[in-house]
Amino acid sequence: MWKNFPFFPEQASAMAWQVDGLYFLLVAVSAFFTLLIFALVLYFAVKYRRSVHPHPAQIEGSLPLELTWTLIPLGICMVFFAWGSLIYFQEARPPKDAMEVYAVAKQWMWKFEYENGQRDINELHVPVGRDIRMVMSSQDVIHSFFVPAFRVKADVLPGRYTETWFRPTKVGTYHLFCAEYCGTNHSAMIGQVIVMAPEEYQAWMNSGGGGGPTGSLAANGERLFGQLGCATCHGLETQGRGPNLAGLYGKPVLMADGRTVTADENYIRESILNPGVKIVAGFKPIMPTFQGQVSEEGLMALEAYIKSLSRPQAEGAADHRPPAPDESSTK
Amino acid sequence: MATAAVQTVERENYLNSNYGIKSWLLTTDHKRIAMLYLISITVMFWIGGFFAMMIRLELLTPAGDLVSSDTYNKLFTMHGIVMVFFFLIPSVPAVLGNFLIPLMVGAKDLAFPRVNLLSWYLYIIGATTALVSMVSGGVDTGWTFYTPFSTTYSNTHVIGAAIGIFIAGFSSILTGLNFIVTIHRMRAPGMTWRRLPLFCWSNYAAALIMMLGTPVIAITLLLVALERAFHIGVFNPSLGGDPLLFQHLFWFYSHPAVYIMILPGMGVMSEIVTCFSRKRVFGYEFVALASIAIAVLGFLVWAHHMFVAGISVYAALVFSLLSYFVAIPSAVKIFNWTATLYKGSIRYETPMLYAFGFIGLFTVGGLTGVFLASLGLDVHVTDTYFVVAHFHYVMVGGMVMAYLAGLHFWWPKITGRMYPEAWAKLSALLVFVGFNTTFFPQFILGYLGSPRRYHAYPPEFQVWNVLSTAGASILAVGYVLPMIYFLWSLRYGEPAGPNPYNAVGLEWMTPSPPPTHNFDETPVVTWEAYDYEHQPQEEVTVGH
Repeated sequence: MWKNFPFFPEQASAMAWQVDGLYFLLVAVSAFFTLLIFALVLYFAVKYRRSVHPHPAQIEGSLPLELTWTLIPLGICMVFFAWGSLIYFQEARPPKDAMEVYAVAKQWMWKFEYENGQRDINELHVPVGRDIRMVMSSQDVIHSFFVPAFRVKADVLPGRYTETWFRPTKVGTYHLFCAEYCGTNHSAMIGQVIVMAPEEYQAWMNSGGGGGPTGSLAANGERLFGQLGCATCHGLETQGRGPNLAGLYGKPVLMADGRTVTADENYIRESILNPGVKIVAGFKPIMPTFQGQVSEEGLMALEAYIKSLSRPQAEGAADHRPPAPDESSTK
Repeated sequence: MATAAVQTVERENYLNSNYGIKSWLLTTDHKRIAMLYLISITVMFWIGGFFAMMIRLELLTPAGDLVSSDTYNKLFTMHGIVMVFFFLIPSVPAVLGNFLIPLMVGAKDLAFPRVNLLSWYLYIIGATTALVSMVSGGVDTGWTFYTPFSTTYSNTHVIGAAIGIFIAGFSSILTGLNFIVTIHRMRAPGMTWRRLPLFCWSNYAAALIMMLGTPVIAITLLLVALERAFHIGVFNPSLGGDPLLFQHLFWFYSHPAVYIMILPGMGVMSEIVTCFSRKRVFGYEFVALASIAIAVLGFLVWAHHMFVAGISVYAALVFSLLSYFVAIPSAVKIFNWTATLYKGSIRYETPMLYAFGFIGLFTVGGLTGVFLASLGLDVHVTDTYFVVAHFHYVMVGGMVMAYLAGLHFWWPKITGRMYPEAWAKLSALLVFVGFNTTFFPQFILGYLGSPRRYHAYPPEFQVWNVLSTAGASILAVGYVLPMIYFLWSLRYGEPAGPNPYNAVGLEWMTPSPPPTHNFDETPVVTWEAYDYEHQPQEEVTVGH
């Protein structure tokens, strides 16, 4: 019978038990204080009812008591503050070697792209035990990537990247919800996260299960890099009009105005779409904007390519399959 | 009671001093304006309640089968807009505050009586504008109007609703202004700040927020309307705007607005708990200062609505810490009310039953707020039914309970008639039971991961939704009852006399209903607030 009365979602990520631990403690402390207040109110209300206690004693107050019920709750709160913040910081800092999955949200579907170029709609396939970092952007309104079994949620915004990460610990199929109201079919913008054993995952990857790979994401990005003419100025050999992009990702970059900016995904995105905002020291603001010329998927491919230039053997460029007609460049 | 005999002769009071529709629509009497507000917000309450019932009926089954997705989205949007902007925000301040603050400080009226009438007209124009946009097609943005959905993607009457809230905002600002000036300048001789009833303190704190916060939401909604109409790029990134800017501006008002809604309710609590335990409030200064602390800290916690929205982790850290701080003054108040009961002489009349309900429900609402302030936990439960349950515990369990408590407590003063006690006790019980049955299951749903604003949901969540809808039916009966017996009491209720509860406080020293000028002689205050020991009723009656 209790199966029909679920109380807790499944714990399917490394973070889930930490969040649940904090939750249980909070429930216990809250239950204690609620019962304390209820008990005191009931006890006083009965003991000092008018019929047995007609003459009230006038009490002005008590500084020690006021301090007690200010400082003790404050102290307890600080414990929760510290614990909650520790979890949040872990959630905000994806491990360096996490496998990256790109997500594009739009009214009302989720599109996922894996590093090998595989694509999925409303289904996210991940191997158990690996750290997965989601890099997400929206094509229209704000959405939110929410997997209750992993206890993760992150809003997905138009015009920038947001990220979240998780490590699935249990093979299975879990709900994926859009948690930020996004219009008519908000409640239909749902999907599944399918956590697979590593070997099954590999088999699924090789079978092209998601929608037919056209080469790795980085290779797609490289092709787009050529098509859009980026290589003219940012070519790996040319030491010319634009900064060399090799080894750029994740590094600090000195700007013309003296600031230093970390070259993260949002910086690269902004530099493509709005190149006039941040000018690298030593270069002229001559780059044209690519706003409206690159789709969200195209941007993600470019990001993947530029990131691949920072890996030791530039593996992204190594995956040379025959070029397929590119559908992600302009839409 | 010595003065009860006066009731039998038709004494002139604010209700019978003038008749005719014009004498009401052009009145500058704070008591009549309070009645105009009472009627208006009651209408809005039932409209918002109707939307709520439709939502609960839809959620009885997992599939979206009763109404279409678009209709459902409009229902929860309009429920939120009506209840927040047109019921909760004006509820205690505009009705009870309007009626009572001049009486409590011993004044003849609010400082600016005509401005007071103007604020009611602004409310009516705003509410009408919002209702017209709802009737002519509705709004589907959620009461939060998140961009760029509201400015670009929604195909509904966003501008109309935004303008309605914009106009009603000025009503709120003017009411706040009136309260602040009245409390500063119009207190009777001897009514020092330390003798001021806590109801005035908490409405004063709420009035500060109304004046400082409301202009921000007005500007923000204007920007939404401008971006929608003229495509100026403020919030939509494809026009060069920033969608998070909207959330910062919106919550800069809308989080403090939560305290506009709850602080006046806390004021009601302090009046009732003291009266029905015949005691001074425990720790007067702490309860009074807690109101001000809530008003100040309430302005510094807005981004706790945005922990998963993509703000920096350090910003999140600061806003989480400040959110814990704002929980403390609320806890202090709960502890002080509980301590007030200690060694009191307690009666269980209807207002007190509602007050007990408030303490219980607000405690749960406050403590679950601590869950949401906790960063790592908020990530999981934000935007789920956990949040829905939390703010209903505060807004409905807290504020509506306090509003009903206050309405019962001062009903004899307002109308000169008693409500039927047995029915009123039943309603208090039904509201308490119905409320918990409706909203407690939603905490569980939220932790299970059921997202809010979902028209259809996975079948494993059904059992809690069924329970919640069942509770909502009980709650509805609990709300319909007072509506009926209050109206009944206008004609058939026992005459109340000036002070049926033997309460202290200047409002009880004038006849019920009060004369148009409140007091025949300006009262001189020589006692502390809630001086139930030294001021037996007979000695303090003024003017008769």
